[in-house]
Amino acid sequence: MEKIYLYILLMAVVTYLIRALPLTLIRKEIKSTFIKSFLYYVPYATLAAMTFPAILSATDYLVSSVIGFIVALVLAFNKKSLIVVAAASCGAAFIVELFLPYIL
Amino acid sequence: MNGGSNKDFRQGLADGIPICLGYIAVSFAFGIEASKIGMTTFQAAMTSLLNVTSAGQFSALEIIARNGSFIELAILQFIINLRYMLMSCALSQKLDSSVGTLHRMGISYGVTDEIFALSVMKKGRLYPAYSYGLIVISVFGWVFGTVLGAYSGQILPQRLISCLGLAIYGMFIAIIIPDTRTSRAVMAVVLSAMGLSTVFTYAPFLKAHISSGFRIIIITVVVAALAAAIAPRSDEEGSEEEAKGGEG
Repeated sequence: MEKIYLYILLMAVVTYLIRALPLTLIRKEIKSTFIKSFLYYVPYATLAAMTFPAILSATDYLVSSVIGFIVALVLAFNKKSLIVVAAASCGAAFIVELFLPYIL
Repeated sequence: MNGGSNKDFRQGLADGIPICLGYIAVSFAFGIEASKIGMTTFQAAMTSLLNVTSAGQFSALEIIARNGSFIELAILQFIINLRYMLMSCALSQKLDSSVGTLHRMGISYGVTDEIFALSVMKKGRLYPAYSYGLIVISVFGWVFGTVLGAYSGQILPQRLISCLGLAIYGMFIAIIIPDTRTSRAVMAVVLSAMGLSTVFTYAPFLKAHISSGFRIIIITVVVAALAAAIAPRSDEEGSEEEAKGGEG
C-alpha cells in the first residue's frame, strides 16, 4: 500500500499549486471593474452551485434533507451565525428522521 | 508589520471556531469513508492535513479505491479545486502589495471555501496573521474530525451520520444567503447558479457528460461573468456595504 502515499502527495501538490500560483504571482491591485466584480460574485455562484441540488441527497432521506435545507435558508436569511445555521439544519433533519418510521 | 499582529491572529482563531466545528462534522464523514476503502487512520489524517479540500478528498477516495491512474487523479483534483484559483485571485486583492512571498505561500495552504468566505468578507485589508488564525483552528478541526471518523465512525448510529451530512451545506447557505437581502444582484447570482446546477445535474445529456467538478466551474464562470457585466460593482458600493456588514 505504498502507492496510497503517492496518491495523497500528488493530490496535495496539484491542490496547493492551484491555490498558491495566483496568490504569489498577482501583486498589483486589479483596476478593471469587470474583473473586480467578477471576483466578488465568484463565491456566491460557486457555493450556490455546490449546495443545490446536492443538498437534497445530503441525508439518507429526501424529506429530512428538504426540511434541513428550508431551516438553513430561513435562519441564514435572518442572519444567524454559521454554526447556528449548520447545527439547526442537522438537528431538524435528525428530528424528521426520528419521526419518519411513524409517518411512513 | 505587514504580517499583522497577535491580535489579528487571535481574531482569526475566534472567527474560525464555527468553521472548525463544521469541519469536524464534515471530515468525520470523510474519515468514515476513508476507513471503508481501507485507509489507515494515519493515512486519512495525512490526506486531510495536506489537502484541506472536502470535495477533492471525497472524490479522490473513489479513484484510490479502484486503484485508478495518477493522471486521472491529478486532472480530477485540478478540475474540482480550480475554484480555489478564482478565490486566490480574489484574495490577492485583499492583501497589501507589500506582503511577501513567504506569507503568500502560507496563506495559500488554507484557501478553502469557508476560510475564503470569511477572509474576503473581512473589512479592509487582510493580514496574514488573521489568515493563519483561521487556518490553524480550521485545519485542526478538519484533521481532528477525520481522525475521529476513521477511528470510531462505525460506532455512531447511521441516522446521526446521515444528518451530519447537512452541516457543510448549512455553512455554505449561511455564507451566501444573508447578502441576498441587501443586493438583488447577489440574489440573482445565487438563484441562477442553483437553477443551472439543477439543470446540469438532471438534464439527460449534461448529466452524462459533465462531471460535478466541471459543472461547478462552468456555472461559476458563466454566472459571475454575467453578473459582473450586468451589475458591475462600483467602489463606493463596496465600501458602503462593507460599512454596513459589520454584524456577520
